[in-house]
Amino acid sequence: VSVALERPAVRERSRRGIRWPRVGLHLFLAVTAFLWLAPVLWTLYTSLRPFDDTAKHGYVSLPGTINFENYSQAWSQAELPHYFVNSLIITLPAVFLTLLFASMVAFVVARLSFRFNVAMLILFMAANLLPQQVLLVPLYRLYLDLPLPEWLSDSGRFYDSYIGLIAINVAFQTGFCTFVLANYMKTIPASLGDAARVDGAGVVRQFFGVVLPLCRPALAALATLEFTWIYNDFLWAVVLVQSGDKRPITSALANLQGAYFTNFNLLAAGAMLAAIPTLIVFALLQRHFISGLTLGASKG
Amino acid sequence: MATDTAAAPRRSRLRRRATRLTARDRVAVAVMLGVPLVFVVGLVWLPTLASVYLSFTSWDGIGGLDTISWVGTANYDQIFSIYPPFWPALRHNLIWLVFLAVLPTTFGLLLAYLLDKNLRGTRAYQSIFFLPVVLSLAVVGFIWQLVYAPEQGLINNVLGRTEQGEVINWLGDPSLNLWAVLVAAAWRHAGYIMILYLAGLKSVDPALREAAAIDGASEWYAFRTVVFPALRPINIVVLVVTVIEALRAFDIVFIVNKGRNGLELLSILVYDNIVGEASRIGYGSALAVILLVIALVPIVTFVAHAFGREE
Repeated sequence: VSVALERPAVRERSRRGIRWPRVGLHLFLAVTAFLWLAPVLWTLYTSLRPFDDTAKHGYVSLPGTINFENYSQAWSQAELPHYFVNSLIITLPAVFLTLLFASMVAFVVARLSFRFNVAMLILFMAANLLPQQVLLVPLYRLYLDLPLPEWLSDSGRFYDSYIGLIAINVAFQTGFCTFVLANYMKTIPASLGDAARVDGAGVVRQFFGVVLPLCRPALAALATLEFTWIYNDFLWAVVLVQSGDKRPITSALANLQGAYFTNFNLLAAGAMLAAIPTLIVFALLQRHFISGLTLGASKG
Repeated sequence: MATDTAAAPRRSRLRRRATRLTARDRVAVAVMLGVPLVFVVGLVWLPTLASVYLSFTSWDGIGGLDTISWVGTANYDQIFSIYPPFWPALRHNLIWLVFLAVLPTTFGLLLAYLLDKNLRGTRAYQSIFFLPVVLSLAVVGFIWQLVYAPEQGLINNVLGRTEQGEVINWLGDPSLNLWAVLVAAAWRHAGYIMILYLAGLKSVDPALREAAAIDGASEWYAFRTVVFPALRPINIVVLVVTVIEALRAFDIVFIVNKGRNGLELLSILVYDNIVGEASRIGYGSALAVILLVIALVPIVTFVAHAFGREE
């Protein structure tokens, strides 16, 4: 009833002319949005101008020249491709393992009944809420002593190795994904699992054949979120990797700052390049990212 | 084996009871739980417990485990009394927390509330405010360095203060730099909070708002009495996220000046005591435990909130 009553009223009002509160609202949002984008636009603008141009005219000025010279210089001089490869070597397996581990634990906790289910879920979830520095000191020492075969890590130990970085990212992120997936799996009707069980499907087949395929939306959301988070990680790589050449791009930038990015134009180009994978997520997978965040915030 | 599992459906009404499993299934469950447990316990919980133990000891971290000596609360005594950066760092962390909780969190809620009204272009606005959330804090640090740079930065140029003597040293002046860095952190935090509240607002029953509107309640009154109370579950999540973000703060500050000269934080002090030249494991651990004790408040809150109903 109320909808039918409201419609003509709205039409009438908009015909009557400008609604000032709405205009004010749009004005507020437009100005805020512009201020919000300003730092990124500024970085982009700086990165596109050659150093000589800004040196001559100042940084806040109309450009004499616009080109991608800073990008190509940052790309080749600072060997950015190498660090991008590092990021991929670390991020892709870490995301895969995080999702695999989390869905396994979530399956056991959400689909099978054990008395320790809640305690188990808390153990995993709470691990993800700790500030990283709380475990950093012993972890650093542990990594120095924990051996790895030479073919897995040329340092011969967890410290300063890709495996070590993958392992800590997986350990730290599994809790969040477990929490989200357990809540998600609880919404899948129990009858589906029961039906598979009647057909003689064991736990493994129920997991891979029935439950996991139904979790695809949640897995897509979490994969997007975890890719971004692990790619963006800074602390683990700064503390647990010694050699600069094994660092992923995000933390490598901090090292490159003094040595290669000798002017702001180059630094801007480097920052934009490092942000590209996350900007792709922003442009193409925003929905997944947001639904991952909100899945985590809703209570199952 | 098959007969054993076939018995399960009959028991499905008693889901609280332990599930009956075949031997093969039991192995599968053990692997599915065991492998992730090794990672989480071995790399997160054991180091956390070790931090607590090591905080009562003295160790240079170089000698073997037998060179660890028990010193009781000596590390804590020293941190509280004679370790110069401790109190500033604690104060900065608390300022960080209060600032995030008050400004960007409220602002994120405001944005969410406004964008929930189905304005024209609401999706575009949402995307713009959300942009900083996908960027790493390290990149955020770089971007704001360009904004704050004394002579070449955006702000000083816009303010026209780039001449010698007039320059505002946003990141170098110890009375300014914390606030400058907080603006950068808020830039990212507000978008995050906006997303959480947008999802929360979608789940507020529209009938409630209609009822308030029909009663002739003002918008502010309706928000205070109807909408905000209905957001309670999200409020708790937002609070937890905010406290934890404030305790984790590290990256931006590290990029700007490695956390010195007005930007000391507890997380930075922990880092300094393990990676620095004089690696003092006991000291670093004690600082980590102080961080842990503060962090337990939001962690327990969240766990109680998320699992409360199931107990």
